[in-house]
Amino acid sequence: MSTKAVNRSSAEAANKSGRWFRYKRWATGYLMLLPFILLFLLFIIIPVFYGLFLSFTTYNIVQPMRFNGIDNYVQLFTADDWFLTALSNTLRFAVVSGPIGFLCSFFFAWVINQLKFRNVFSLAFYAPSIVSSLAITIVWLSIFSSDRYGHLNNLLLQLGIIQEPLLWTTSPQLIMSVIIFVSVWMSMGSGFLTNLAGLSNINTDLYEAAAIDGINNRFQQLFYITMPQMKPQLLYNAIMATVSALNVYDIAVAIGGNPSPSNAALTIVGHMYDYAFTRFELGYASAISFILFLMCFICGQIFMKIFSSKDE
Amino acid sequence: MIFKKHAGEKLRRHPKFSIGWFFTYFFMIALAIFTALPFVYMIATAFKPLNELTAYPPTFLVKRPTFENFLGLVNSFSSDSVPFSRYLFNSLFTTGVSVAGAVIISCLGAFAVEKIRMPGSKVMFKLVVWGLMFSPPAAQIPIYIAMNSLGMRNTYWALIVPALIAPNYFFLVKQFMTQVPESYLESARIDGAGEWRIFASIIMPMTKPAWATVVVFAFIANWNNSGGSTIYITDQALKTLPYALSTINDANLGLARLGPASAAALLTTLPVIIIYLLMQSQVMNTMAHAGIKE
Repeated sequence: MSTKAVNRSSAEAANKSGRWFRYKRWATGYLMLLPFILLFLLFIIIPVFYGLFLSFTTYNIVQPMRFNGIDNYVQLFTADDWFLTALSNTLRFAVVSGPIGFLCSFFFAWVINQLKFRNVFSLAFYAPSIVSSLAITIVWLSIFSSDRYGHLNNLLLQLGIIQEPLLWTTSPQLIMSVIIFVSVWMSMGSGFLTNLAGLSNINTDLYEAAAIDGINNRFQQLFYITMPQMKPQLLYNAIMATVSALNVYDIAVAIGGNPSPSNAALTIVGHMYDYAFTRFELGYASAISFILFLMCFICGQIFMKIFSSKDE
Repeated sequence: MIFKKHAGEKLRRHPKFSIGWFFTYFFMIALAIFTALPFVYMIATAFKPLNELTAYPPTFLVKRPTFENFLGLVNSFSSDSVPFSRYLFNSLFTTGVSVAGAVIISCLGAFAVEKIRMPGSKVMFKLVVWGLMFSPPAAQIPIYIAMNSLGMRNTYWALIVPALIAPNYFFLVKQFMTQVPESYLESARIDGAGEWRIFASIIMPMTKPAWATVVVFAFIANWNNSGGSTIYITDQALKTLPYALSTINDANLGLARLGPASAAALLTTLPVIIIYLLMQSQVMNTMAHAGIKE
C-alpha cells in the first residue's frame, strides 16, 4: 500500500517534471522561431495587408493619406491603358516562358539523369539561371544588337536570309519575343535541381515491380511511375516558375529599356515601380501590386489542387 | 531486357551503345554548347582589345587577349567618386551578412517547427507554404514606407534586413530536417542536453546539405538583386554591383563599352558559379526533399 502510494506520487512527480520540461522546451522553441516570425510578419504578412489597405487610398508620403474607396481599381481597368498593356505583356510572357521553363526543366533533368557526366551537363544547363540577368544581358544585347554589328543580324545578313538588319530590341513587335527567348534560356534550370534530385531519389523497385505488370517502355515508365512519384517536386516547381514568370521585371528592363519603345516590354512590376518610385502614387501602385499578389496566389492554389498528393 | 539491366544499375546509367543513345548524347551536347555560348562570348569579349571590339564584321572569339578592359574598369571608375572596388565591397558585405543571417534564422525556425513542435507549428508551416506563392515586389511599397519612417534608407540595413528571410529557405531546411531521426534527439535529451545544444551539435551538422543549399540560393538572390539598391539607396557609395553593371553598360557609350562591361559581367558572374560548384553535391542532396506534400 505504502509502496503504491510512493509509486503514484513519484509517477506524478515524473509527470509534473515531464510537463515542466515540455513547457520549457516549447518556450525555447518559440524563442528560436521568434526571429523568423518577426521578419515573416514584417516583410510578408503585414505588407500584404497594409498594401491592400493602401490600395484604397491616395497617398504620396508627403501629404496625408486620403480614402478613395475602389477608385484605384476602377481607374486601373477603365482608364489606365498602360496597365492593360502591362497586364497583357506579362501574361504573354508568363504563358510562354512559365510552361516552357517548367517542362524543359523536367524533361532535361529526366534525360540528364540517365546520362554519364551528369555534373557537367547539370552545370551547363543550370548556369544560365544563376547568373545576374543584368550581367548576362550585356552579352545578349550585343548578340541581338539592332545594327549590323549585332551577331545575329550579321549572321542572317551573311546567310542572305535578311537584307536589312532587324530591329530586335527596338521594334515593339520583336522586343517581347527576344525577352521571352532569353528568359527561356535562363529559366531552363530554375526547377532543374529539384527535378534532378527528386529523380535520383525514386525507389528503383517501383520500376521493377512495374516491369512485371508490363510497363517496360521508357515513356510508359515516365508517365506511370516517374511523374506520379515526382508530384511534390513538380508542385514546388510549378509554383516557383509561375511566381517568377508573373514577377518578370529585371530582364524586361535590361533588354527592352525603361521606358521601352511603345511600352512593348512594360510589365506589371515595371508599371507598379513606375507609379510607386517615380511618381510616388503609392495608393495606386499598391492596387497594382495587390492584383499581382492575387494572380500569384490564385495560380499557386490551382497548382496545389492539380498536383496534390493527398489522395495517395 | 534493356530495362532490367539499367534498373539493376540504380536505373541511372543507360546500358550500352545504341543509335537512340547516340542521338540523345549528340542532341544534349549540342544543346549544352548552345546554352554555354553566351558565357564563352562573355569571357572572350572581356579580353578583347579595342580594335576587336569595334571590328566589322563583329568577331565572336578573341584573337589577341588583353587585360585592358579590367584595367579600364578600375580606371574609369576611379575618375568618378565611387570606385568599382567599392561596389564590389558593398555587394560582398551585404551578401555575406544576409546569407549568414538567413541560414541561422531559417535553421532555428525550422528546427523549432519540425522537432520541438510547439502548439502553432503546423499553422506556421502552412503560412510558409502560402508564402511560397507570395510575390516579393508586391511587398515593396509597404516595406519602402516602413524603411522610410525607420530611417533605414541609405544604410546597409536596407539591403540586409529584407534579405534575411524567404519562405523557400525555411521550407527547404524544414523538409530536410524530417529525416533526422527522433531517437537521436531523445537520447541527447535524456543525457541532459538542452535544445540549443541539440541544435548546435546534432541538427546543424546533420542538415548541412540543406543549409548549404540555402547558402547558394541566398547568395544568388542577394548578389543578383538590383531592386534593393535601386529603391532604398540613393547614395552612390552604398550601391551594389548590379547598379554598377547597369551604368557601365550604358548604350550611349557605343561599342567600346562592351569590353569593360563584359569584364564587369564576368567578375559578377564568377563568384556565383564558384559558390554553386563548391556546393553542387550538397544542393542535390537537399532538393530531393524539396517537394510539397500534404
